[in-house]
Amino acid sequence: MRLSEIIDRLSLDVLTPASDVDSEVTGAYCGDLLSHVLAKAAAGDLWITIQHHANIVAVAQVTGLQAVLIVDGRSPNEETLTRAKDGGIILLGTSESAFIMAGRLHTLLAD
Amino acid sequence: MKYAIRAGDIEHGGSASARIKSELSRAGVDATTARRAGIVAFEGEMNLIVYSDDGGTLSVIVEPDAVMIELEDTGPGIEDIDLAMTPGFSTAPVWATDLGFGAGMGLVNMQKHSDIFEIHSKLGVGTRIQCRIERKGDWAMNRREG
Repeated sequence: MRLSEIIDRLSLDVLTPASDVDSEVTGAYCGDLLSHVLAKAAAGDLWITIQHHANIVAVAQVTGLQAVLIVDGRSPNEETLTRAKDGGIILLGTSESAFIMAGRLHTLLAD
Repeated sequence: MKYAIRAGDIEHGGSASARIKSELSRAGVDATTARRAGIVAFEGEMNLIVYSDDGGTLSVIVEPDAVMIELEDTGPGIEDIDLAMTPGFSTAPVWATDLGFGAGMGLVNMQKHSDIFEIHSKLGVGTRIQCRIERKGDWAMNRREG
């Protein structure tokens, strides 16, 4: 499913506005321990997490993740946003929990 | 490519590894190998930041059939390497675990994504890790072409 459609259906905020959200999302990984994301997430996954510090951008880059969905209404700082823009990583936000987002995304991707 | 990594520099954590991955891709290394090398570099870079006394170096060498990643620091050294390699074992400080680091999977991930993984460490002297990541994607492509 296209990322743009997921953003629309789940009413996500695009925190890096100039991003190209046309990419294809093939799956998702939900977790807050960075080593587990590096080990378990597949390239092309959408990463759902409460982490919002600048290091998540590097994790997404090396793992080949195009987008990170930051849940619970947590906001990345300017440094994180700048690095995401520079590194071509899309940051998304929602006030919903990881549980709600993972459940709804699972239903969407299974359709 | 050689990067100096500063101890405690969590703010730039992963920046060198992200650069390494994109440089490898630019150098024509296949996507799977570049991703594995990026993960190995990231875990090594974070180890230098979180655990080393005075930082260390992260070096990458691109060979025709492999990518070599080397990490070296000057202490404190690892007392029990087998214990440090146990999944989930961690001595990370709270500030690191609060950020999602220190899950006790760093060395395990480095070994998992390397074809050859060697670690030497001495208390009070330092730690040296050498990882060899075979360019399997390139080989597969060469075989198809050849």
